[in-house]
Amino acid sequence: MEDQENSVKSRRRFLQKFGSLGLGAIAVSSALTESCSSNPKAPGSGKKITLLNSKNELVEVDSAYISTLNKDLSPNHNSESRNGLPGKKFVLVVDLGKCKNARKCMDKCQAVHQLRPDQHHLNVLLMKDSEHTAPYYMPKHCQHCDNPPCVKVCPVDATFKRTDGIVLIDNERCIGCRFCIAACPYSARSFNWYEPKDAEKYKGVAYDIEKNVPQKKGTVTKCTFSADCLRDGKLPYCVSACPNGVYYFGNVYEDAVTNGTLGETVSLNNLLAQNSAYRLLEDLGTAPSIYYLPPKDRTLIPEIEDTQS
Amino acid sequence: MTDLHRKEIEIKKEQFQELVAELHSPLNRTSSSFKIWIGFLLLLMGTAAFMYVRQLRFGLGTTDMRDIASWGLYIADFVFLIAVSLVGSLITAILKLSNIKWATPLTRISEIIAVAALFSALLIIVVDMGRPDRLWHIFVYGRLQSPIVWDILVVNTYLVISILLLYIPLIPDIALLRKTMGHKPKWQQKMYKILSLGWQGTEDQVKVLNLSLKALMVVIIPVALSIHTVTSWLFASTLRPGWDSTIFGPYFVAGAFMVGAATVIVTMYIIREAYNFKEYITDEHFDLMGKLLVLTSLVYLYFNLNEFMVPAYKMKSGESAHILGLLVGDYSLMFWSVQIIGMIAPIFLMAFKPFRKPKPMLVISVLIVIAAFLKRFLIVTPTLLHPFLPIQNYPESYHHYNPTFSEMMITVGSIAGIALVISIFTRLFPIIPVSETAHEQGFPNEIINNS
Repeated sequence: MEDQENSVKSRRRFLQKFGSLGLGAIAVSSALTESCSSNPKAPGSGKKITLLNSKNELVEVDSAYISTLNKDLSPNHNSESRNGLPGKKFVLVVDLGKCKNARKCMDKCQAVHQLRPDQHHLNVLLMKDSEHTAPYYMPKHCQHCDNPPCVKVCPVDATFKRTDGIVLIDNERCIGCRFCIAACPYSARSFNWYEPKDAEKYKGVAYDIEKNVPQKKGTVTKCTFSADCLRDGKLPYCVSACPNGVYYFGNVYEDAVTNGTLGETVSLNNLLAQNSAYRLLEDLGTAPSIYYLPPKDRTLIPEIEDTQS
Repeated sequence: MTDLHRKEIEIKKEQFQELVAELHSPLNRTSSSFKIWIGFLLLLMGTAAFMYVRQLRFGLGTTDMRDIASWGLYIADFVFLIAVSLVGSLITAILKLSNIKWATPLTRISEIIAVAALFSALLIIVVDMGRPDRLWHIFVYGRLQSPIVWDILVVNTYLVISILLLYIPLIPDIALLRKTMGHKPKWQQKMYKILSLGWQGTEDQVKVLNLSLKALMVVIIPVALSIHTVTSWLFASTLRPGWDSTIFGPYFVAGAFMVGAATVIVTMYIIREAYNFKEYITDEHFDLMGKLLVLTSLVYLYFNLNEFMVPAYKMKSGESAHILGLLVGDYSLMFWSVQIIGMIAPIFLMAFKPFRKPKPMLVISVLIVIAAFLKRFLIVTPTLLHPFLPIQNYPESYHHYNPTFSEMMITVGSIAGIALVISIFTRLFPIIPVSETAHEQGFPNEIINNS
């Protein structure tokens, strides 16, 4: 019985491999025809490379005629990305007392997600709740709400909620109506008003819905909780970029969150209970997936003059 | 039949032909001023089209909308146009079903305004889309949970009914045109032939026509209420202070009837002057429309009191920044101008008969229409500029929203398009219903159908 299953599995694996080999061969041969036709009289380098073409023949080609394709040939998992990772419910805990406004998280986020300087998936805000309360820095992501106002209003199911709690946007589906931006009480979404940054550089790169890269003109973009990292079992970009130990990230079902700076894993429930955690704009009923630990014992008290807006 | 009777019929026939000749007179005009007017409108629309192509090329960044004020002039224009279109149902359906006869010469004016405004609204909403090339996604991936999809459904339903309410009463008139417009170009005669659907005015045909009209007039009222209610829900379904209101539906509908009535007054004034229709669009009509405008304005005033007084009394956090911005802040000048010039003052003025004469009514109505547009702007923009969380780490310009030249020209183009449709319509079809007017003046059926 087990053997039978194994053999089925191995056959499937073989077919998968064979399939990707075929795909690779087609890609290489198309690259060859492309490069050959574009510069037919270019001198050869004399260095030959053996390749398998689409007719299943081994051929030798001068290396000067070969240009690598900048295309991701892995099977498109974007439809799979709508489901979320099984057995997970992601949670982020932000310790406001530790934030020194270093903004390494913001920088990393903008770099990874092909964002312009005025586009924020993540924005560190200087908060001052009332006249006599002390100011503090507050990193603000998409809250990945369990009752997401943005997902409700989307007319085409471009932005959606996954089983693991992540709210994503499919920028190949988005029509650019910006209703989700209007609906979001956290101002967490951004729009590509122009051609995205470095659009030339990202030309030909396959779209990854879990990273929302490459960005597209005329579509909405937002924090993805670094779903691409999570699929690989890594912490989100912002969480590992923080030098001050602000972020804890983890899985609610496992009651475990890991600090991105210190690497230590603690109990989510204990962390929230011992620090009187709260969620942002709780009274709106959006049920965020992000918890904040109050800015007690701050390592840096912001200058009051800093307060903008 | 006695000679006397025959003579009477002859006189009636002549009178009817006079009536037809007068109401058809715009169709036979060839004035250069009309061509200049059309040329001017086409120039405005051409500029708008150029700006739109530019917007497609460079992105919505050609507008002043950004991540904070993510909706702007286009959405305000959309709400305005939907509001204007509501007048079709007010004049043709609500007044007619209430057996109010005086509105007959205004029905076609209001219905063509409604249809033209709806087409323009549908265009401007596509202009606002970041990816108009993906419009088809709405039909393939559409989610019934989204108010946008509700809006698309009801607006298109309303458009279809409005076109029918414009077209069905036109059928007998087009049949008449077939007889009188023999000198017109071939295509035009062919159009009349197709559109008249073989109308001969038989008893059966009249019965079917009246029955279908009545059914449509009943159906259009809930549809009209829902288009503007659903449009208001595009805002009210969010959590934002200033939009998070339970009275947005009736508030919008009341405002729509007000601006719609004012638009009809402006249009009927222009048509009356341009085509010398003083006998059909009388001073009495302005007086009555003035009274109707006072009524709709009073209802709107009542909803305004509720919409602004109640949150201003409580000054709840979140709401307070928004309401203070309107009452005493950045937008206070616009807010009070709109409320006083565009609502309170007209109510007082129009309460007096001298102000319900055509000229004062024109001035008042133009002010109301302009104020109504700005009011839609005030509904859309200040709310977005007062989000729950502070606006930080953005360029300074993100704190304000000042529409660009491109946005303004496209918006102007959307209004010019409406004027163009109405202008051309008056040259192809009688803008004042001929057979309905004849019926009301007591001409018998056989004369209307056989002369």
